[in-house]
Amino acid sequence: MILAAASLAILVALTLGVIRALRGPTVFDRVLAANAIGTGAIMLLALIGFLAGRPEFLDIGILYALLNIIATLAVLKFFRYGDLSHPGGEEPGGP
Amino acid sequence: MADIQEMAGGALIAAGAFFYVVGALGLYRMPDVFTRMHAVGISDTVGVGLLLTGMMFLAGFSLVTVKLAIILGIILFTSPIATHALAQAALHEGIVPMGVGTEVLLGPGARRRDRKKTKGARKARAAKRRKRS
Repeated sequence: MILAAASLAILVALTLGVIRALRGPTVFDRVLAANAIGTGAIMLLALIGFLAGRPEFLDIGILYALLNIIATLAVLKFFRYGDLSHPGGEEPGGP
Repeated sequence: MADIQEMAGGALIAAGAFFYVVGALGLYRMPDVFTRMHAVGISDTVGVGLLLTGMMFLAGFSLVTVKLAIILGIILFTSPIATHALAQAALHEGIVPMGVGTEVLLGPGARRRDRKKTKGARKARAAKRRKRS
């Protein structure tokens, strides 16, 4: 019972995150919302795994948690340097 | 014993879901990027921590508990990294946090890039400046 209620709460939170990702004025709002949606997906996965009595879903949750940070950093680096293989540090056209 | 375990787990999960929704509400309602990051911090620490701890109580001592602890550790370690990178990228892009002067964070001569560039917005700013002086 409490698991279903918590899943519903996470779904509401995911909806709010999706709305922010669609409306976010800057790209950083969208990246932040994508990060929050990823975390919410992990939580929903774990809760539904417990709800269905199959906690083996948690392996997928670990994978999502690892991918989430990589995706965020990759998107941020791409928008800052315009190239994922850029060594970083120096600005492309700056001093 | 098992009853107490389930009750404690249920209470922790309920509290975690509450904090998670509060954080998401902040993500939706807050006025600018940095304040939204602050709101997401709630759901990424308290919300996730309480939810996963409650599920650990429900699972008892098994491999599932170890997996939940691994997820909790990964999220607790990577969420500040992501937030830090995001805040640094936003500041570098020239977005100014609300309530802080441009010169404080970016040095003198920094430009504001988050202003609206339409004609109406420019006129409104000019009117405001005239009113102040």
